[in-house]
Amino acid sequence: MTGDVILQNAPALLLAVPMLAAFATPFIGRYSAVARNIWVIAAMTLTAAIGFILAYDVFTAGTVIYTFGALDPASALPLDSGGIPIRIIFTVDAMSAFMVIIAAISGFAVMLYTMASESKSSGKDGFYALFLLLIVGIMGMVCTGDLFNFFVFLEINSLAGAALVAYRVDKGVAVEAGLKYAVISTIGGLFVLFSIALLYGQYNALNIAMLASSIQYTALDKIALVLLLAALAMKAGAVPMHFWTPDAYSMAPGSITALLVVASQASLYGVFRVVFTLYNVVLDYVTIGWIIIILGILSMFVGVTMALVQKDVKRLMAYHAVSQTGYMLLGLGVGLAVLGQQAALDTYGIVAMEGGIFHIINHAMYKGLLFLTAGAIIYRTGIRSLNKLGGLGHSMKWTMIFFIIGALAIAGIPPFSGFASKLLIYESVFLFSPVLSIIAMVVSILTLASFVKVFHSIFMGPALPEFAGVKEAPLPMLVGMGILAAITIAFGIAPELVVDTIVTPAALALVDQGGYIASVLGGA
Amino acid sequence: MYYNLPFIIAAVIAVIGIAAMLFRHNLVKVIMGLSLVEAGVNLFLVALGYRIDAIAPIFTNAPSTDMVLPTVQAMTLTNIVIGIATTAMLLSFTMIIYKKYGSATTTTVRKLRG
Repeated sequence: MTGDVILQNAPALLLAVPMLAAFATPFIGRYSAVARNIWVIAAMTLTAAIGFILAYDVFTAGTVIYTFGALDPASALPLDSGGIPIRIIFTVDAMSAFMVIIAAISGFAVMLYTMASESKSSGKDGFYALFLLLIVGIMGMVCTGDLFNFFVFLEINSLAGAALVAYRVDKGVAVEAGLKYAVISTIGGLFVLFSIALLYGQYNALNIAMLASSIQYTALDKIALVLLLAALAMKAGAVPMHFWTPDAYSMAPGSITALLVVASQASLYGVFRVVFTLYNVVLDYVTIGWIIIILGILSMFVGVTMALVQKDVKRLMAYHAVSQTGYMLLGLGVGLAVLGQQAALDTYGIVAMEGGIFHIINHAMYKGLLFLTAGAIIYRTGIRSLNKLGGLGHSMKWTMIFFIIGALAIAGIPPFSGFASKLLIYESVFLFSPVLSIIAMVVSILTLASFVKVFHSIFMGPALPEFAGVKEAPLPMLVGMGILAAITIAFGIAPELVVDTIVTPAALALVDQGGYIASVLGGA
Repeated sequence: MYYNLPFIIAAVIAVIGIAAMLFRHNLVKVIMGLSLVEAGVNLFLVALGYRIDAIAPIFTNAPSTDMVLPTVQAMTLTNIVIGIATTAMLLSFTMIIYKKYGSATTTTVRKLRG
């Protein structure tokens, strides 16, 4: 009975639990810090559990529709509305469920990590409230089936993210990074709202499925598409709109950076949802596909070359995050460029998209892991410059092992997860255009070179006298990193299992616009 | 032409806002520019829902005439609330930056680069 209620209302609970918990956190924190810690961990665990239940439901029984305020949440169309979905609808298809899984795992691991990493800091009530609100923003963006709702969750995501970046003022530089992030996000958000208005003005609908079924690709639709793509690619940190990424990623606490990676990927999800589900074949898919491919190649190349010269460990990793985003754009862009040609789509288009989508989850895991190890090093030593660090391999063995796992995964070395997704991208992109595939491999080699340098300067060498008192990171931080490391290894050992269960359904759900529309409007 | 006037004005306001963000160095003025863009988008939304000689969409005791669209008005209200939150946060960031750096112009707020 209770199980049925939870299952039926999972999409609503997925947001209600963290949101209510977020607003209750400051009140509980007034009475007891221990009670607050238990409270936020319980809330995050519950959210993650609901996320997994929802995802399991979607992968076994197909797209889940949740209509807010309706007697029967599964029926999107009220009987007297004449076949128009008038309520706010959550449409959780395989791609959404895939993103929910990422946010659930990362959120849980990072929440455990913060228990130790934030233990010395003040103002934790607000910190955890914002943390949970960021989770609300991410979950809402990936689950919603309503464009305006998407904008609202995008803004929740941006506000909570910017506030968290600036939370540890750090002589003002963190606030500077937060200010940049907030201004960029707000402008992007207003672009998104403006394009939603353009679409609403023409089609009288905000529901993504309803819009997708009637979209014409008029001149106004083209303007809306360009604005949506520009704003969401900017939020996802793609070159040439990446300039906020290194600032925000490097100045936020290590734990928050790992979450910001997921928050950026929610915007990336927005890009894919717009081009694949909202427009699909009505848009000029070859041109738009190539634009996304070029954005991806630029991100890969500019990101990795900028990373090579960095001295600050987190700033370096932030540029690698830009570079890795390029792989996802490349994979999905190739899929988009052959969207209308069924033969090419079957031979390599779907595989390229699977590679890109698989890379999203891998990136969230290993890049989150790397940012967490950087956070652990900064937590213990207080130093972030690669020139001053050294010899930590003697005292922080576990952190070093986790760093090696993350670094090998990001460089695409077998048997770690990055290898599996990059191989899918190389193989399929090679069939599309060999040059692109070669660029992707070169970027991978440069990534390896850069991480060898980082590894050498942080962990190798004799134990330095100034780090004599440095101990291993506390247990909760090790557990948080351990979860992500275990997933990175597991995905590398059994990639075909992951691809078959969650990645392929996600890729097919993106391509299948008709199925998305039919799941909301009924019988296409 | 006359009926397109609100849309043109909305675009002009938004462009003035973007210009202010790009060409002003004072952070407060940049945030003012952001608020102008927001005002432009809000005006665009409200203008989308306007119908000539229409009444407010309240069904109780309504004379049976055309009503303006309520959805865009709800969207505008939501965006106003979000805008207040964003502006308040940005202004408090600016306050902290002014306290720490002793200045709030984009030429001095440049410690992060490279």
